[in-house]
Amino acid sequence: MSEPIRISETAVATAVDAALAAIASAGDSAALKSVRAEHTGEKSTLAQLNAQLRNVPGEQKATLGKLVGAARGRVNQAFAAREAEILEAEAAARLEAETVDVTALPSRYTPGARHPLALLEDRVCDVFTGMGWEIAEGPEVESEWFNFDALNFDADHPARAMQDTFFVDPPESHLVLRTHTSPVQIRSMLERELPLYVLAPGRVYRTDEFDATHLPVFMQFEGVAVDKGLTMAHLKGTLDHFVKAIFGEEATIRLRPSFFPFTEPSAELDFWHPTFKGGPRWIEWGGCGMMHPNVLKAAGIDPEVYTGFAFGMGIERGLMLRNDVQDMREMVEGDIRFSQQFGMVV
Amino acid sequence: MRVPLSWLAEYVELVPGTTPEEVHAALVKVGLEEEDVHTFEISGPVVVGEVLEFVEEPQSNGKTIRWCQVRVAPDGEPAPDGGEAVHGIVCGARNFFVGDKVVVSLPGSELPGPFPISARKTYGHVSDGMIASARELGLGDDHEGILRLATLGIDAPVGTDAIALLGLNDAAVEINVTPDRGYAFSIRGVAREYAHATGARFRDPVEQAVAADGGGSADAFPVTIADDAPIRGRVGSSVFATRIVRGVDPTRPTPAWMVARLKLAGIRSLSLLVDITNYVMLELGQPIHGYDLDRLQGGITVRRAAPGETLVTLDDKERPLHPEDLLITDDRGPIGLAGVMGGADTEMSSSTRNVLIEAANFDPVSIARTARRHKLPSEASRRYERGVDPQIAGPAASRVAQLMVDLAGGTADDGGSFIQAELEREAIHLPRGFVSALIGVEYTEAEVHDALAEVGAVVTETADGFDVVPPSWRPDLTGKAELAEEVARLAGYHRIPSVLPVAPPGRGLTRSQRIRRRVADTLAAAGSTEVLTFPFATEHENAVFGSADGGPVASVRLANALDANTALLRRSLLPGLMAAAKRNLSRGLTDLSIFEQGLVFLPEADRTYGTSFLPVGDAKPSDDDLETLQSAIPPQPRHVGVLITGDAVTKQPGQPAIPAGIVDALDAVRQVALAVGATIDIRQGSHPAMHPGRTAELRVAGRTVGHAGELHPALAAEADLPRVVAVAELDLDAVIGLTEPGIEARPIGTLPAATQDLSLVVDAAVPAAEVADAVRHGAGELLEHLHLVDDYRGAGLPDGAKSLTFALRFRAPDRTLTAAEASEAKLAGAAAAAERFGAKVRE
Repeated sequence: MSEPIRISETAVATAVDAALAAIASAGDSAALKSVRAEHTGEKSTLAQLNAQLRNVPGEQKATLGKLVGAARGRVNQAFAAREAEILEAEAAARLEAETVDVTALPSRYTPGARHPLALLEDRVCDVFTGMGWEIAEGPEVESEWFNFDALNFDADHPARAMQDTFFVDPPESHLVLRTHTSPVQIRSMLERELPLYVLAPGRVYRTDEFDATHLPVFMQFEGVAVDKGLTMAHLKGTLDHFVKAIFGEEATIRLRPSFFPFTEPSAELDFWHPTFKGGPRWIEWGGCGMMHPNVLKAAGIDPEVYTGFAFGMGIERGLMLRNDVQDMREMVEGDIRFSQQFGMVV
Repeated sequence: MRVPLSWLAEYVELVPGTTPEEVHAALVKVGLEEEDVHTFEISGPVVVGEVLEFVEEPQSNGKTIRWCQVRVAPDGEPAPDGGEAVHGIVCGARNFFVGDKVVVSLPGSELPGPFPISARKTYGHVSDGMIASARELGLGDDHEGILRLATLGIDAPVGTDAIALLGLNDAAVEINVTPDRGYAFSIRGVAREYAHATGARFRDPVEQAVAADGGGSADAFPVTIADDAPIRGRVGSSVFATRIVRGVDPTRPTPAWMVARLKLAGIRSLSLLVDITNYVMLELGQPIHGYDLDRLQGGITVRRAAPGETLVTLDDKERPLHPEDLLITDDRGPIGLAGVMGGADTEMSSSTRNVLIEAANFDPVSIARTARRHKLPSEASRRYERGVDPQIAGPAASRVAQLMVDLAGGTADDGGSFIQAELEREAIHLPRGFVSALIGVEYTEAEVHDALAEVGAVVTETADGFDVVPPSWRPDLTGKAELAEEVARLAGYHRIPSVLPVAPPGRGLTRSQRIRRRVADTLAAAGSTEVLTFPFATEHENAVFGSADGGPVASVRLANALDANTALLRRSLLPGLMAAAKRNLSRGLTDLSIFEQGLVFLPEADRTYGTSFLPVGDAKPSDDDLETLQSAIPPQPRHVGVLITGDAVTKQPGQPAIPAGIVDALDAVRQVALAVGATIDIRQGSHPAMHPGRTAELRVAGRTVGHAGELHPALAAEADLPRVVAVAELDLDAVIGLTEPGIEARPIGTLPAATQDLSLVVDAAVPAAEVADAVRHGAGELLEHLHLVDDYRGAGLPDGAKSLTFALRFRAPDRTLTAAEASEAKLAGAAAAAERFGAKVRE
């Protein structure tokens, strides 16, 4: 045990100077920690000086006590200041060290995509549900009665042969792959209450060639409304509203006389495409008309009391026209790049 | 239907200079959609020339050419091309003589091809134009030699414009005729429609034909209609007119104007007599058949075929006949398939002198069935199927007779035979205001009356509207709605206003519709790409992917599949996804996650589907029949399928690749479960198409709803796919149906949780999920959450054992749990696992 230190101004000043110098030279929090132990710890000079105060005569106690206290205060203050400095510098250094190239980071997420035909189908459904219509569905393997007879296609009428129908084997079973979404008209009328405002989207089948503008399997949506007092003007109003929703406010429709067994009068639907890539123009997009009285009768509805209208459009064609898809085959090949162009939005 | 404009102009006022596009625009307004424009694609100067002299010059290539001097302009006048009146022309053909009038295509002209003509050096001469063949002019297929105008009966002055002379300056509009408008398969019908569209004056060609009729006896040629098996109650022939023309010269040329019109209408010129029958068919819409009268034996009988009968049709094919086929017969037997195709024995030929003309009306259904049965769609059957004007047979036969007299030098017998059934049509009552109420336009009564009168109906005013007898050429006008369409069509659809109807308030998408959309959105958001594949499948695919054991399985089979190998409808989405995956891989896209939502077709093995009957269309079937129709359809639930292969996470800076596998398939299942709100139990399972050790069976409410895992590597190899292909397929309808809608919310505990780990040693064969279930059950309500953090096997454990470590989180709703309470619950869980699986707590 060495000689106890005597309290003196000099001794205190020396200890403080040494402590302050050590604090100032501490470069990081570890160094500062050891400086702290060395200059303020139990064995430090200042601690020993403080301990000596017990042995100081009474009249000097206040003066020396103040001297040592002030010294310790200065040193502690210096520690705190230096500690703050170092922590700040170290935090900054750590952030600096943590900097990454945000353009070179890995991703554990691979974006997927909806099929744009499905998205467009959803979109079309939303337009109609927004008008209070409901969405109806039906089977794809369908009875000929729903697909043809109930829709006023006579068994021997050329229109029936023109439908390029896939027949289920054996043909005497009278089952087909539905050639249009129209059988859902009949199913809806049989199942639902009147008045009826229903949209039926879905897959349909024709023995068509497979090329840039034809698919043997494609998607349609069918609208059908049955109510008292419905007129062809209501059909036109509905379609007009619809094309505006899908193709913009400038879009509008026009009807041309045509023939479908299940509508009378019948019309081809053209719409004015305001943003068509080759410039605005009239574009053919489907058929429509007032429901033929025989169709209402097939569902047990009195055509003298109720009238109805129906329309049908192809979703593939809608997508081609709206998003400038050039080749329909791309829609069914399953190449992920096709859907991924659209992501979740069509 | 192709309509040459010069022909159209004969029956409706067509302002000179009217373009094909203008005609199209007019016709589309009344419902005849434009298809195309046809022209001869020829431009002048193309003129009549006279061969003055020629020299034959044998060539080194073995050919002999003629070096000709051809006069192309009258003496002293310049040629139309600005050259000399006599042109030197090299010609390869040798079928002409000095003095022949020929067609010369002069330099600057263009023949169909396009084939521009210029003066060019050839065979040592400058050939200053070309002497044309009929084929080079677009008039026919005859390429035997150049066209000698004498063979067409033409002698025109040298220098005459040959384009106009031969009718090559005409153009035809092609329109699409809808199946209800059979009458528009004629110049007559289209002219009438053009008049409706434009208001131009229409002249019915029938009037001209009737004027040519000599009248005469009704039974000049014996015809009997003996249909003892009418189809659907309709006698096969309701009208049968004949005319006889004697002493024709069948070798006479068809006039150029007729050849040109037929050609533009799409019909090849064959011989004068045949051309005349085709010409009248196009003009009036009445199919005509001509017989060589001298080859007929006895009169004609129209009847159904007898069993075993055959007929050699004029395409020289022997056809076995069906008892439903309607026949034209003479004393020897069948001589024609009525309305479809004539027989070879009695057809007109180059030696025919006397002709029997047949213009008949046949039942559309009978003709349609026969044409389809024998795969013989013809110009005639096309018209009969859609309905031919029953009043036109007589005039049409007369018109043919007249043309044969005029052009073939024959003499028509006075009158002909004529059989006609009662053809009166019943009036349709059209109540006042009906048309306006259906169309939504306030038409005046006069407008309604005039429009119907204009289409040819007889309109009589009654107390409350009109009685309307439609014209004979409009079999499609059968009711009020059809009449309303005529009024709306003639007034113009543009007059219909746009009025938005107000539907009663709807309930939005159904639960199933909302969920299906959310499933697709969720899978896409989680990184999978939606595809749509065709639902056609092979036997093998349905057996392996769509059955419980990989064996044969019931499938819906198509009778007329596009590809005989894929004649079945899919029972599983996976083969389609695999094909799509293969296509992506072949295009260099090796890291894939794709999914599809779609129907699969699951007939049951011991059931037959379909109905033997079809109720009539214009009345509601009985409830029993409807029920039978409804239940005759095979089950076709909606599935969702997912396929993942390659890397789930690709190699990147600081990120090693994570190869896709069963883990990703199960995650996709969890995404579906989230979107549906379903609890899908995952348990060890098996599937014939899947890896025997890496297959999960998926259950909802105790029912199997699908499988997830990895494809059997052997199947993957067979399909040229990587060894590891993760797949999942779920019956989405079942998942939705088995999931109770509605969530009952529980209070969220906010007091501190106590967490503890529990390691249990069990037999390695025991599924972790079942151990977890036991722990959960034993630990009771205090256990808030449990998950497996480790599955250890190896040193320190007995052989065939594993140590499962679960992290447990306990919480009480009403107090802060003590460590002792949590430990007690944990040990209760361990005890339950010990009881069920002999699990030992591993310290």
